[in-house]
Order: sequence, then structure tokens, then C-alpha cells
Amino acid sequence: MTELLKAAFKVDYPGFNLDIDLQLPASGITVVFGPSGSGKTTLLRCLAGLEKSGKMEIAGQVLQDENIFIPVNLRAIGMVFQESRLFPHLKVRDNLLYGYKRTPLNSRRLHLEDIGRVLSLEKLQERSIDKLSGGEKQRVALGRALLTSPKLLLMDEPLAALDAQRKTEIIPFIRKVEKELSIPIIYVTHSMSEVLQLVDTMVILKDGKVVKYGPVGKVFSDIQLRESIGDEHSGAVLDTTVLEHDTDYGITRLDFMGQELSVPIQDISPGQVLRVHIHSKDVSLATQPPEGLTSVLNILKTKVRKIGENVGYSVDIELDAGRPLLATITRKSLSNLNLRPGQSIYAYIKAIRMVNEKL
Amino acid sequence: MDVSSLDVGPIWLTLQLAGITVMILLTLGTPIAWWLAHTNSKMRVGIEAVVALPLVLPPTVLGFYLLILLGPNGWVGGPVQAITGSPLSFTFSGLLFASTLYSLPFVVQPLQSNFESIGSTPLETAASLGASRWDAFFSVILPLSRRGYLTATVLGFAHTLGEFGVVLMVGGNIPGKTKVISIEIYDRVEVMEYTQAHILSAGLLLFSFLVLLMVYSINKKLPVHVS
Repeated sequence: MTELLKAAFKVDYPGFNLDIDLQLPASGITVVFGPSGSGKTTLLRCLAGLEKSGKMEIAGQVLQDENIFIPVNLRAIGMVFQESRLFPHLKVRDNLLYGYKRTPLNSRRLHLEDIGRVLSLEKLQERSIDKLSGGEKQRVALGRALLTSPKLLLMDEPLAALDAQRKTEIIPFIRKVEKELSIPIIYVTHSMSEVLQLVDTMVILKDGKVVKYGPVGKVFSDIQLRESIGDEHSGAVLDTTVLEHDTDYGITRLDFMGQELSVPIQDISPGQVLRVHIHSKDVSLATQPPEGLTSVLNILKTKVRKIGENVGYSVDIELDAGRPLLATITRKSLSNLNLRPGQSIYAYIKAIRMVNEKL
Repeated sequence: MDVSSLDVGPIWLTLQLAGITVMILLTLGTPIAWWLAHTNSKMRVGIEAVVALPLVLPPTVLGFYLLILLGPNGWVGGPVQAITGSPLSFTFSGLLFASTLYSLPFVVQPLQSNFESIGSTPLETAASLGASRWDAFFSVILPLSRRGYLTATVLGFAHTLGEFGVVLMVGGNIPGKTKVISIEIYDRVEVMEYTQAHILSAGLLLFSFLVLLMVYSINKKLPVHVS
């Protein structure tokens, strides 16, 4: 049985209400996504214990309800903020150890050597904070939070202040933290591309309410979410398995639910999982498999599951390819194809994007 | 010029008064400034105005009310007399009490703006790392507040050093007990002893200048923490 994080908060500020009730897996990386003002940071502050409201329990332990309120400093919840918030009067090493020293001996699971190794901080230890780059600061901040051996790590737009280059440096570390240290992470962001390769569970917030939450594959291909996710991201996020590399043609072949996809060659060994993003506007539909030859490499046999509302002159079609897949076609095409739910259809995929190349 | 006739008593008394006053003010001013910097209470503006009163009141007004307050029938002087046998007016303790009130804004205001500029994020960050509020105050806020405390200490000290009106009203002019430099200078001028008045005045002037010079040069060297 997977352990759960249960949270129900009600916060009333002038002009803003947060009203949510969530049950999330207390494992993996959960991304809370929403535009600014949607309540992401307030939700995170509630989880951290910085706002007294509502109920929260993690893996069966109640952190707050009508009678109980465990204050921030006793929660064993780590936080990483948009600005590193390192203490400027302490050097890197003392910043890292600030929380460690305040963690009870018998709760210390992570130590300076482990974290230094995972986050490559060994060479920075004696530096003063103002001698660090933005990316280094965030790594130290992450390390400092982890050294409290938290049961949950909250990250509030930790990459927002960094340039694309630094972002790509940090993201593998976040994945490593989750995988190697098995600390569940709740990650708040308004930038979808930043987290596509990290996210396991997705929570979409709007105006202080949860629009939808669940596994990323499901949430992403929900045709009603185009508005919340944004046109440029609308489409399926799929996990595929690497089959083999064809070095002659520079192609990596992937297995997706028993069907095959080809992408430009990737530096990942066979058997590994590769997450790809197929934009709905890159998917065309045909009732027939191609007769003769086509330059399109990727064609999936699917079934029509749902036909969405009109968006201007186009319409989103949700397809079942073992996992949900989205296609955006014109209303004219819809009428030509005469699509009905349950109907078999071929999805011609014009482009497959790797999630890590889109920062 | 007869320097030996100069009585060092008032100088020593003045330094004692200013030193102890500053220590009391830092202890008392810290929680007041902290509260003012962080509260959302409606009382805030009222308290701020009260703290700032000594800045605008003529020292004689403050001194007059303090004289009544600290005297044998005053709210403070009365109970003190009942316990110790003598009221607070015209004593060194009374002077301390008066100086503390008189110099309060000079310590509270720099500390308050210091705490406001630090904000609550370092506290929240420290809390998320397991520090209690006291722990966070001593391990994070205080080290980040060095400039604020230096300014508060110097302003509080220097202002107490130079007070005249309140001292005269509350303490009178009792050698060894309440006669401070500023009153000694006044006395000397009254009896036309300009030489002694000169020595004391110039000393005070030089001392104040050197202290301020020291503060500004230390302040310049202290790192400005903008994280």
C-alpha cells in the first residue's frame, strides 16, 4: 500500500481563497502547477505549517487538525525557495549543517558526506555565500534542507531565478534526491516545461481550487485542461522503453505499449525509460494505414475515446493508444473523418519531443 | 590654565549613566522594536507614537512629568519609597529611569528598521530547518543585525551623554549623584569659569566626533547582507 499525504486547507485572505482537499502519494515527485495567484505558494505554506488552517497528515501521522498543530520547526519537512535564502553570515558548510545540528540524533538519516556527494558540494564547503553562482546557491539550499532528513521536501519554484543552463544542471539532482534518498517532493511551479521530466503526480490549481490531480499521463491528456496547461504544452506525456539504437540512421527505437516509436538517437541504454511529449497539434489522424510509402516514421493504431469541444476552428480528440494520446484537428477534418467514440483510427505523429530538451 | 582643578566626577558619572542606560535600552528596546516590526496589531501606531514622543517634546516637559512620576507621591516614586525608604527623584536610579525613556526612540527606531529590513523570511527559513523562535533569533537574526545594534548603541549612548533638561529637572545638581557633564558645563559658565567649560565642551565634542567616526567606518567595513 502506498503511503498517502492527506491535506485539506481553507485559507481566506482579502481577495483570495484557498480551498483544497487532496490525497497524494507520499512518494515520487508531485508537481503543483498553476498560474501566479492560483494559490500554489499558499498551499505550500500550509503544508509547511506556516499557516494555521485545516488538516494534514502524512503516512498516518497527523501534523495538524482541529486539536493538533505541530509547528514548522518540529515537522521534519524541508523547504527550498525560489531565492536560495541561504544565511549570508555563515559559510556554505555552516549553512548546510544549520538544520543538521538541530535534527535529533536518532532522526538523522542523511549526513554531510552523502549529501555532498549527491549534490556535488564537496568543493564549495569553505566558500562564503556571496562567492556562489545562482545554481550553486540552489544546490546548497537543497542540501541544507535535505540534511534535516525530512519526511517531505517542499520546493517553491526553485529554478525560477536561474537561466536555462543552470536549470539543466539542477534538474538531475532533484531526480536523484527523489530516487536515491527516497524523499517525496512537492514541487510548485508555473513553468510546465521545467518539470515535465520530473513529475510523477500532477496537481493543477486555479483560483485557489484544485482543477485536477492524478498521475501525469492522465492529467496531461485530459482534453478539458488545454486552458490550464497552455496551448504550447497541450498533448500527451508518455513513458516509453528504449528498445535499441540504429546508429546508421541515428535513430532510437522505443516501445510504447507494444507499439513502436522512433526518435532521433538518444544517449540512454536499452531497457531504460524515456519520457516523451507528443503535442496534440503534431498528431494527424487517418482512418487507413498508409498505402504505399510515407515519410512519417511514427504511426500508432488507436481508438477514438472522446471528442472535445470546439476551440475556434479546431477540436481536440482524445485517443486510446494503451495510454491516452491527444490530437488537435480542424473541424473540417472532423467532419470529413466522421469520427465517433470507439472508432479505430491511425495517429500519424509528426514530431516527438524529448522532455529534457525543452527548457 | 588649571587642569588639575577639573573635577572628573561628572565625567565618570556621565559615562556610567550613558553606559548603563544603553544596556537597559538594548534589552528593553529589542522586544519593543521586534514587536513593532512584526505586529499587525492596531496598537502599533499608538505605541510607535509614544516611543517617538521624546524626539519632539521639550526636555523640560518630559522632565516635569518624570519628576512628578518619580517623586514621593508619584506612581513610580511612591512604591519605590515604600520599599527603599527614598523616592527616585534626585537619585542616580531616577536619572537612569529618565534617561531610558528619553533615549528610547534612539535605540528602538534603528532596531525596528533593522528588523523590518530583515523581514520574516530568515525566521521562517530557520524554522523550516528546525530552529525554535529563540534559537532562530540568536543564530540568524542577531548576527544579521550587527549594523542595526551598532547604530542603536551609539545613538543611545551619545544622546544620553548630551541630555541636559531632563537631568536637571529629575536629578537636580547633586555632585557625585546626579551632576553630569552637561550640567557641570552650565555651572562653570554661570560662574564665568570659561576655561573649565571649554575643556569639558571641547572634550565632549571631540569624544562625540570620534565615536561617530568609528561607527561610520565600522559600518562601512561590515558586510551588507543582501542575499
